[in-house]
Amino acid sequence: MSLKAIALGLLATSALVGGAVAQDEKIKIGVSIPAATHGFMGGLNWHAAEAEKRLEAAHPNIDLVIVTADGPEDQASDLEDLVSVQQIDALVVLPFESEPLTEPVRAVKDAGAFITVVDRGLTDPTIQDIYVSGNNTEMGVNSAEYIKSRLNEGDNIVILRGIPTVLDTERFDAFMGAMEGSGINVLDDEFANWNRDDGFEVMQDFLSRFPDIDAVWAQDDDITLGVVEAIKQAGRESEMFVVGGAGMKEIIKGVMDGDALVPVDVLYSPAQIATAMDVTVAHYTSNGPVTGTYILGAPLITQENAEEFYFPDSPF
Amino acid sequence: MSVSAHEGAKPARGLRIDFKTLGPLLALILLVILGYLLNPLFLGEGNITNILTRSAFIGIIAVGATFVITAGGIDLSVGSMAAFIAGVMIIVMNWAVGAMGASLWTVLFGIGCSLILGVGAGFINGFLTTKAKIEAFIVTLGTMGIYRSLVTYFADGGTLSLATGARDIYRPVYYDSFLRIPYPVWVFILVAIVGWVLMNRTAFGRYCMAIGSNEHVARYSAIKVDRVKTATYILQGLCVSLATIIYVPRLGSASAATGVLWELEAIAAVIIGGTMLKGGFGRVGGTVIGALILTAIGNILNLTEIISNYLNGAVQGVIIVAAVYLQRGSLRTGRKKAAE
Repeated sequence: MSLKAIALGLLATSALVGGAVAQDEKIKIGVSIPAATHGFMGGLNWHAAEAEKRLEAAHPNIDLVIVTADGPEDQASDLEDLVSVQQIDALVVLPFESEPLTEPVRAVKDAGAFITVVDRGLTDPTIQDIYVSGNNTEMGVNSAEYIKSRLNEGDNIVILRGIPTVLDTERFDAFMGAMEGSGINVLDDEFANWNRDDGFEVMQDFLSRFPDIDAVWAQDDDITLGVVEAIKQAGRESEMFVVGGAGMKEIIKGVMDGDALVPVDVLYSPAQIATAMDVTVAHYTSNGPVTGTYILGAPLITQENAEEFYFPDSPF
Repeated sequence: MSVSAHEGAKPARGLRIDFKTLGPLLALILLVILGYLLNPLFLGEGNITNILTRSAFIGIIAVGATFVITAGGIDLSVGSMAAFIAGVMIIVMNWAVGAMGASLWTVLFGIGCSLILGVGAGFINGFLTTKAKIEAFIVTLGTMGIYRSLVTYFADGGTLSLATGARDIYRPVYYDSFLRIPYPVWVFILVAIVGWVLMNRTAFGRYCMAIGSNEHVARYSAIKVDRVKTATYILQGLCVSLATIIYVPRLGSASAATGVLWELEAIAAVIIGGTMLKGGFGRVGGTVIGALILTAIGNILNLTEIISNYLNGAVQGVIIVAAVYLQRGSLRTGRKKAAE
């Protein structure tokens, strides 16, 4: 994906050099996102590329430039290049990390660009014109509500967390808050780094450690796939169920087909980047105001509504 | 005793080898006792099987790395190479399922591709290091980036998943056992034995150590240095390929997140085991213990609650350094104790 993105970027650059004089009127929007290093970001990159195709076809005067970064420093350099080389009018940015990227984004703002921040907020929210995000708190709460609806007092659950970040902490704290007073025991939580292999190994260890587990909150679909394999290996499928999160196509397909081990999913969609690009373009094409904060829902995906969240062509 | 300790860098040869062998083993035994004290389930049969099976990936790769490092080289590309081979294996097997339906041949075809790719990738690393005269660190840093991006590209940034038909046939390779020992552990044992024989009982092993100690002297001693060094990288590629063959049936998927940092874990296992990072001295047996130590640390951390999750990396770091200290430092302290 990143190779493709580079190729696209090169094409866009050469097109710019060739036709810069004639295209003064074109509105240029830079999109800066992390590279596709894991499933969720792969989906995000795919949805960004799809949105670029769709929006550029619909609006000939809009030019979107997607750049992907391998880390916060890399992303800061990308932002500088977008301003100095591409001379963007607007920026859609999913910051790698909140703090290190606040100042670089502010610099883009000072250069006169319209700023849309996606997913991870900056430490100074006054910089952004638009903020689009999934809802980590609601995700944690909805997962907890579902687990509470299925279990009784005295039942046991284990939790597999992501990578120690603000985002993970928000989910976890919201989940624990919602579980409070339910009488359901949280046996332990461990980090599984949003990764299938780690999900598999951590779950294997939970399984050998706890003889009685009634539910697993994996809070991510990649982790869920590893967890499911570990449970199957131990032959304990009938004892428990798993709640993941994000909306990976394999998991959604399972929910549609009525998988008893992973009966639901909680949405935290990588397609939110497309939403952000849409509203940013709307700033230039719509006659209505668009600035403000957009917090997307984190609905529970069940067998009844799974169809509408299923994207079979997406890599995620 | 204390006099001989001062005499210099070269103590009696037999003694040094003893400590090099016993150091890592001692560290592993201490770790096992610690694990048992923290949670008696650590020594449960299920958990032991889990640890052994898990350590097979890093362990097999690390046996290959022992040869590369002993001969004075380094291979940083193994993690990416594993992800790349896993990705290509899944693509070709899915293609074969589409073309001919799923059968045992599909899986054998995938395994064949994996072996060819592993040997080929190893040869490329070796060729560029010896014939193009580029430092191994740079060559393998380059191939590391290349393989990692290629697998991301093939997966479109997402995950490559093995078709269900082939998955069902292939799955037992990871999950089933022979004589109550899972197949991956058998592969690990076999690789370790072959590695040990190669290193300690053949001319090839002696050449590796000679080249690692002093390449020029080895060259003047009529050792075909380039050929032996290339062979170590090919051996490494073959080990990566074997590790991948038992890795793919576990989750039936590969993505850009597959095998991240395996190169560092493999190198750490090699060094913990008593092989010198600068080359010239290799211990396959130690490497096996090194891989077990690394896996056991992660497992113990998952089995206990007393250490904050945020400190897992710190605990790992302390144990790795302590394990290496046991085999290097114990030389001195061991002698002091003997003098008392």
